[in-house]
Amino acid sequence: MKPLLEVKNVTVRFGGVLALDDVSLEVRPGEFLSMIGPNGAGKTTLMRVVTGTVKPVSARIRLDGRDITMLPTHQRARLGLALTHQIVRPFRSMTLLDNVTLAAGHHRIGRVIRALTAVDRSAEREQARKYLELVGIAEAAEKSVLGRPLGVVKRLEVARALALEPKVLLLDEPLAGLNTAEAARLADTVAEINRGGLTVVMIEHNLGEVLRVSRRLAVLDNGRKIADGDPGAVMRDPAVRAAYLGKEYQDAAA
Amino acid sequence: MGIYEISLATLVGINIILALGLNMISGFCGQISLGHAAFYGIGAYTAAFMAKAGAPFPAAVLAGMVLAGLVGLAVGLTSLRVRHDFLAITTMGVGFLFLGVVRQQEILGGELGVSGIPSPGLEKTGYMVLVLILAAFFTAFSLWIKRSWMGFAFEAVADDEDTARVLTVDVAACKLTAFAMGTAMAGVAGGLYASFARFIMPDDFGFITSITVLSMVAVGGIGSVFGVIISTVILTLMPEFFRFISDYKLLLYGALLFGVMRFAPEGLAGFTRAVRKAGIRSAGKKEAAG
Ligand SMILES: Nc1ncnc2c1ncn2[C@@H]1O[C@H](COP(=O)(O)OP(=O)(O)OP(=O)(O)O)[C@@H](O)[C@H]1O
Ligand SMILES: [Mg+2]
Repeated sequence: MKPLLEVKNVTVRFGGVLALDDVSLEVRPGEFLSMIGPNGAGKTTLMRVVTGTVKPVSARIRLDGRDITMLPTHQRARLGLALTHQIVRPFRSMTLLDNVTLAAGHHRIGRVIRALTAVDRSAEREQARKYLELVGIAEAAEKSVLGRPLGVVKRLEVARALALEPKVLLLDEPLAGLNTAEAARLADTVAEINRGGLTVVMIEHNLGEVLRVSRRLAVLDNGRKIADGDPGAVMRDPAVRAAYLGKEYQDAAA
Repeated sequence: MGIYEISLATLVGINIILALGLNMISGFCGQISLGHAAFYGIGAYTAAFMAKAGAPFPAAVLAGMVLAGLVGLAVGLTSLRVRHDFLAITTMGVGFLFLGVVRQQEILGGELGVSGIPSPGLEKTGYMVLVLILAAFFTAFSLWIKRSWMGFAFEAVADDEDTARVLTVDVAACKLTAFAMGTAMAGVAGGLYASFARFIMPDDFGFITSITVLSMVAVGGIGSVFGVIISTVILTLMPEFFRFISDYKLLLYGALLFGVMRFAPEGLAGFTRAVRKAGIRSAGKKEAAG
């Protein structure tokens, strides 16, 4: 099968730091790919190159066969990329429902004239409510984002990304900040949506959930991809063990 | 109504259109402009010269609106390239640039301004009614934009540009639309002012005017249409009733802006919202007690 998302030869430099060193990744339609790796490995940066919010030194990105490397972020999003932020970025001046309603109205804000002449939001609000229910935070729908606990805002990120009806859902540590039960539930929800056909790429430190729900595992370490494949095989890979154990030794020594 | 009240009401109407224009840019879309008076001036000068050249009044005002909107669009385009906090400085620069140009150019009247602007062909009461009808129209227009999907996208841009982009919002298109609409409204206000005063001077469109309009928007509560209208009425009438204020305008508006930003960033709109909330809360308590 042809890859749905094709990320080729991504190199990113932040000043003197080589954050990504020639990383390539292919995601096939319907896959549930998880990406793990120590802190600072470059996972978030890779996602941000895909959405176009970080300028790479070099990269080639294709979505559904189309080269999107030169496109601005909003156009990539319109073509079917949705991202949830590791560091949450809700619209703080809006309610939870409005946050998701805006995303559900993505087809309404594409053309200036149409966006100026249309006012009806009822269908999108209804949709938005469904997504809030799906991630389990519908009871806070009408509340302001301000003052919501992290676990709620994290799930708001997911609801908002789903409301974009993307081709590929990119999740950056969606389970961080959730308690065990909430994390398991959200992981199940995402897995279920994936079984419904949506392609998912999830960065996550929660190894238990990662191994439980994902069907492919990629490992980044120090800006390089060191493993990619069946989760069980990847976890037995000596290089992966070294990256993790090395990290643990360092942490223990510190 | 005496002549004086009529001219005050006309001025209030013009200022409402002017302030609602800036509210479109700063209130709805979150783009601070310190040069709104320049577009007011472009509208006024364009309409003045058109009228003097014999153009009918509506055509003169329309020309002022179009030219102000086009220059606004151009300024909006450059604003896409500057970082958010530089926008205030860029627009302030546009304000001074406008002043510099009209002051230096003899054909634009120089320091002396433009006098002998033909009457709009309506007597004073009729003109007031026309201005107030237009103010009502732009109020309705503002309310519509706020409710529209574009207004929703503006809100997102004002809140967090980067997140808006990830959610498919074309941030550049939003800013340009807001700039074009807001500055075109300033142009209308300028055209109406030129025919009302029938004599305009560069200083009518200076930095103090920009700050005054910004105060009207900020005190009214950034983004709230009715808040902006109320504060425009108050801030237009206050210097008329308390003459001494005119001498300290910049000081007063500076203090107002500082005070609002420091202590009540939501302005009048936030204040009434807070009062209403407090009302609901105390009503709730009474119910619980009773
Ligand atoms: N905007 C930036 N400016 C400078 N350096 C950055 C920037 N963003 C990331 N980096 C650096 O790039 C490297 C990769 O960071 P990145 O956030 O991609 O890691 P990560 O794998 O997502 O880590 P974590 O698991 O902690 O989220 C790190 O060394 C980080 O300090
Ligand atoms: Mg990260």
